[in-house]
Amino acid sequence: MPLVEVSHLVKYFTRDKGLFRAGTSVKAVDDVSFEIDEGETFGLVGESGSGKTTTGRCILRLVGATSGAVRFRGEDVLAATRSRMRQMRRDMQIVFQDPYSSLNPRMRARQIVEEPLIIHRLGDRTARRERVAELFRLVGLDPAHLERYPHQFSGGQRQRIGLARALALNPSFVVLDEPVSALDVSVQAQVINLLMDLQHQLHLTYLFIAHDLRLVEHICSRVAVMYLGRIVEMGPARSLFSTARHPYTCALLSAVPVTDPDAPRTRIVLDPASVDRGAALRQIADGHWAAI
Amino acid sequence: MSGSLLSVEHLTTVFDLAGGPVPAVDDVSFEIRAGETLGLVGESGSGKSITALSIMRLVQPPGRIASGRILFKGRDLLTLSEADMRAVRGANIALIFQEPMTALNPVFTVGDQIAEALLVHNLATRREARSRAVELLDAVRVPDGAARVRDYPHQLSGGMRQRVLIAMALACKPSLVIADEPTTALDVTIQAQILELLRDMSSAFNLSLLLITHDLGIIAETADRVAVMYAGRIVEEGSVRAILREPKHPYTRGLLASIPGGSPGARLRAIEGTVPMLGALPPGCAFNPRCPDRFEPCTTAPPPEYNVGQEHGARCYLYDPSRPATVLSRQSPVASRQSTVKPDATR
Repeated sequence: MPLVEVSHLVKYFTRDKGLFRAGTSVKAVDDVSFEIDEGETFGLVGESGSGKTTTGRCILRLVGATSGAVRFRGEDVLAATRSRMRQMRRDMQIVFQDPYSSLNPRMRARQIVEEPLIIHRLGDRTARRERVAELFRLVGLDPAHLERYPHQFSGGQRQRIGLARALALNPSFVVLDEPVSALDVSVQAQVINLLMDLQHQLHLTYLFIAHDLRLVEHICSRVAVMYLGRIVEMGPARSLFSTARHPYTCALLSAVPVTDPDAPRTRIVLDPASVDRGAALRQIADGHWAAI
Repeated sequence: MSGSLLSVEHLTTVFDLAGGPVPAVDDVSFEIRAGETLGLVGESGSGKSITALSIMRLVQPPGRIASGRILFKGRDLLTLSEADMRAVRGANIALIFQEPMTALNPVFTVGDQIAEALLVHNLATRREARSRAVELLDAVRVPDGAARVRDYPHQLSGGMRQRVLIAMALACKPSLVIADEPTTALDVTIQAQILELLRDMSSAFNLSLLLITHDLGIIAETADRVAVMYAGRIVEEGSVRAILREPKHPYTRGLLASIPGGSPGARLRAIEGTVPMLGALPPGCAFNPRCPDRFEPCTTAPPPEYNVGQEHGARCYLYDPSRPATVLSRQSPVASRQSTVKPDATR
């Protein structure tokens, strides 16, 4: 059984009808289905507005889905009651993109990491303090800096605080929404290494949302490519990056700058007319699906 | 015109903070030849944007240019009056900002904003400026430019706005364009189109381009020569091939090695530590606390530039020709690179 099962997920953002305008809706996520196996890193790539972040948030019920189903260990997330959802959230956490705006500037690092423990009433004061120090060490932060405020940390360290907060409740599934895109190049690699180490150590399952294809190819076992709210191609990372079939995936891959000055550069520009928007995903190789 | 169009010599730009002046750009020298694209690479806080603002003389207090010369077509821009400098900005040297979302004025049409550049410099009448604006939008491949001149910025996508900014920069036919992270806010497919446009424009108009970025992939695709900045100093400079194929400075090598690639799932070769705060630089070479090749002289004084190849220089004591040969072989870059591989393999 897969850990996370997303089927026919739909999210429309609607703007209400006003006095002088008709109501409009944006199909942010439009019939998206995929499964994430325990222990794997599943990559969700696409450009801004493709619906990848909304998909991640729908899975955690941070935004309500319009229709469809999300199952976590077989249990329907979208239909769970408030109190059941609260229990389930301990097992599914998120790390946000921007380490500058996702940490409350008025809280000390210790308070930020401790908050989930307080909310879920885990342990007494002493036990919580011990756990926070342990989490600090786990993500490579110095427990001597527990009482500092977010602005006293660098971007990479702040992202480690966000990670410590996400791991506080011992989740098995973590949504990583562009976790390194706001960081300096030399620091990105440190955080990626940390994520890979923690996955190994804590048996975590990741949904890795990103636009950096080089990174996705490196750390993901399977990848889904989103375009205008739909998954247009999905498969094992190796197969998808070496034999992309959907015109959008091909255009996306060809646009990635390569550091080899002598690499042949054949830019494929996507002709929107070449995309059959009604095409369903079909299997073109073992586990490799494309909407062509 | 051959030879150098812009020559920056020993530029130092400091910020006067409560604790004393802090150099954001420290003794930086480079030149850009006519028709050439120089890539300036660095992370946040490396001083690359302040270098660009210094060339335009747009550094705002508490920042100020403390010393150096900026020779543009042989004239030192730092000695010009403010009025003369205003005539240079836009007309001779144009700047393309990072954020296409905020760099345009939301209450004027894009046509007005392109025309304004021409009108300010008295290069056209109102009517001529209008038709020039349409031509420029066509040149930067904005579809249906004649209709788009009447659009307001919010009606355009990010990629289209960046094209408008490029059209504005090209309006007065400058000989040097400074592009500060022109594609960071854009998606990769749009980024590829904008980079291609910049390349085409630079060859069509024989433009010199100073391209500021943190992405070595963009450098590989666009630049002829590269200068790598770290903590306010240029640590390595050379042709794009030399820098990407045979990087000499440990920082440049670390940056290239940390890019994902190689076998999937393997640990990345990260540079340890963090970029230092400008007010609290370590003594000697600013990179020394993070450097895998550090040895005694690194903490004494900032290294001078050593010649490491044809038109290829690095500010690193590894390349000091007066170093004893025995030390050199023990500390050679190849050997040290291997030693940094080992911990990764065993972890």
